[in-house]
Amino acid sequence: MKLIFLVLGMLPLLAQAADTSTKINVSSCEVCHGKNGVGKNEFPRLGGQEPAYFVKQLQDFRAGTRSNPMMQSVAKSMSEADMAQYAAYFSKLPLPAAKASTEDAALLAEGESLAKNGDWPKGIPACFQCHGENGQGISRDFPQITGQPARYTAAQIANWKSGSRSNDAIGLMKTVSDKLTDGQIKAVSAYLSQGVTK
Amino acid sequence: MKIAILLFLVATSAFAAEEKTFTPPAERDIPKNEFGDAVRLGKSIFTDTQHFAKKYVGNGLNCSNCHLDSGRMADSAPLWGAYVRYPAYRAKTKQVNTFEERLQGCFEYSMNGTAPKSGTPELTALVSYAYWMSTGAPVNTKLKGAGFPKLNKPELAPDYARGQKVFTANCQICHGSNGEGIKVAGKFAFPPLWGKESFNWGAGLHRIDTAAGFIKGNMPLAKGGTLTDQESWDVATFVMSHDRPADPRAKTGIAAAKKDFHEENCKYGETVEGHVLGE
Ligand code: HEC
Ligand code: HEC
Ligand code: HEC
Ligand code: HEC
Repeated sequence: MKLIFLVLGMLPLLAQAADTSTKINVSSCEVCHGKNGVGKNEFPRLGGQEPAYFVKQLQDFRAGTRSNPMMQSVAKSMSEADMAQYAAYFSKLPLPAAKASTEDAALLAEGESLAKNGDWPKGIPACFQCHGENGQGISRDFPQITGQPARYTAAQIANWKSGSRSNDAIGLMKTVSDKLTDGQIKAVSAYLSQGVTK
Repeated sequence: MKIAILLFLVATSAFAAEEKTFTPPAERDIPKNEFGDAVRLGKSIFTDTQHFAKKYVGNGLNCSNCHLDSGRMADSAPLWGAYVRYPAYRAKTKQVNTFEERLQGCFEYSMNGTAPKSGTPELTALVSYAYWMSTGAPVNTKLKGAGFPKLNKPELAPDYARGQKVFTANCQICHGSNGEGIKVAGKFAFPPLWGKESFNWGAGLHRIDTAAGFIKGNMPLAKGGTLTDQESWDVATFVMSHDRPADPRAKTGIAAAKKDFHEENCKYGETVEGHVLGE
């Protein structure tokens, strides 16, 4: 009986091992994106990301419609099948447990309010209206934004503002970014970096 | 000279006062007492009607899907703009309706459900929420930002095929290729625009002129005001040319209902894509 549980429990691990050894090399990503793709500083978290969004980003890096020297060189050598496999692998990794941010409480509260209620008088809907309750993403086009390193989130919003990232559908995220103040960006990035809190 | 400046100042400040939209009190100012509890319940019903007024709702919508920012936003028929304008004569019902009756109509049509009776906790909570939100607003006045804005008639007659193109490019990503919306864990993250989970043929938004105004002001989400008037009319025509739940007032068939309730700005009873709308 115990043995069966053990074997059943190992099945997903075995399947993953088979995947990675034959087709894709996850550890080559983990060098930058961290063990299990948890992310750090400017390196985004890959674990739990929407697979369709994930593939689109790799395609965009390959095509040069999203620019980043490191990722463009990584994506250049990838086939569509590779991309789908990386996406499938990382999207299934569980969300890490919530971790408290060291930023002050007032800033985090401002970030939380923006994420959950938006700033409608300025034309900004709640982040979670497009990114899902708790920011876990909405298939297929809306990425998970919770648990992302604050530095990465702030950098992406800044990139949309400056125009150096412009690969979003209907310019939705560009429109939102343009309306956010520096203070709001700092607040919401810090709040989101804590991961799922409830 | 001094007088001229003074006159100028008086004139501009009067103008500014007239142009400013009403600001409802902040949510944190809801009183912490029994009345405040009713206000908070009203807000919960308004933003999560699916959960808090489940038994009165027959589709997948929440009040705040059309009355944005929890019913606060100017130009999306905010509650503070509505509360101070009732009782009022309405052409739709051909009688004077109270604010409660107006709310009941929303449940029957926009929510495709049944109206909560006067005195039920749900209706009392919604009235309390609207009343509190109108704190300080003058009664019997049309405040700036009340109701939905009216769009001018477009240059070209609104067109289904052009509307379909606008829809595919600007709306489908959220509302789905069949207007079915997107659900996450059993709840709509993006609401349906037609089909059995949507509002019925008696709801205000099925009128193409009303929908065009709503869409121009608010859609695509976060990008309100970016479609042209023509695009807004075209896409509204496309959206309102699909099936939705029956008009509860159509007791004697579609042809009679078309004549009684759907004479203008509406495709009800017409054949679109080989199918009679309203069946
Ligand atoms: C040399 C470091 C490096 C390596 C190795 C690397 N990445 Fe990245 N990756 C980055 C950086 C930096 C970014 C953020 C780019 C930006 O700021 O736009 C990124 C972004 C991404 C994104 C977009 C994430 C998002 O949320 O938008 C995906 C997907 C991704 N990487 C997948 C991979 C995969 C799969 C591998 C392994 C095959 C990999 N990366 C290897 C540095 C790296
Ligand atoms: C109207 C819809 C909408 C709203 C509201 C919205 N976003 Fe986005 N956001 C998007 C879309 C679409 C993308 C994906 C862009 C792409 O495909 O490259 C995106 C992408 C992002 C990304 C990049 C994710 C990554 O992994 O690289 C971040 C960060 C982000 N949004 C943060 C926010 C924050 C913070 C808010 C609230 C202040 C917000 N968004 C509100 C639509 C929205
Ligand atoms: C499908 C969109 C939609 C939904 C959902 C909806 N409404 Fe409305 N509502 C409208 C439209 C459109 C009007 C304006 C109708 C007209 O003037 O023809 C309106 C009008 C109103 C008014 C009167 C506004 C005024 O200024 O006179 C109130 C009050 C109201 N709705 C409350 C509610 C409540 C409460 C709910 C939920 C139980 C609700 N609505 C759900 C679309 C909607
Ligand atoms: C980024 C996602 C997004 C896009 C793109 C978008 N909508 Fe919406 N739409 C929403 C959300 C979310 C709501 C509900 C608003 C709320 O609850 O705050 C909504 C509400 C509506 C409603 C009223 C509620 C209902 O279900 O009938 C209509 C009508 C509508 N949208 C039409 C459109 C049209 C037409 C377009 C394209 C021109 C469009 N939308 C583009 C997200 C979107």
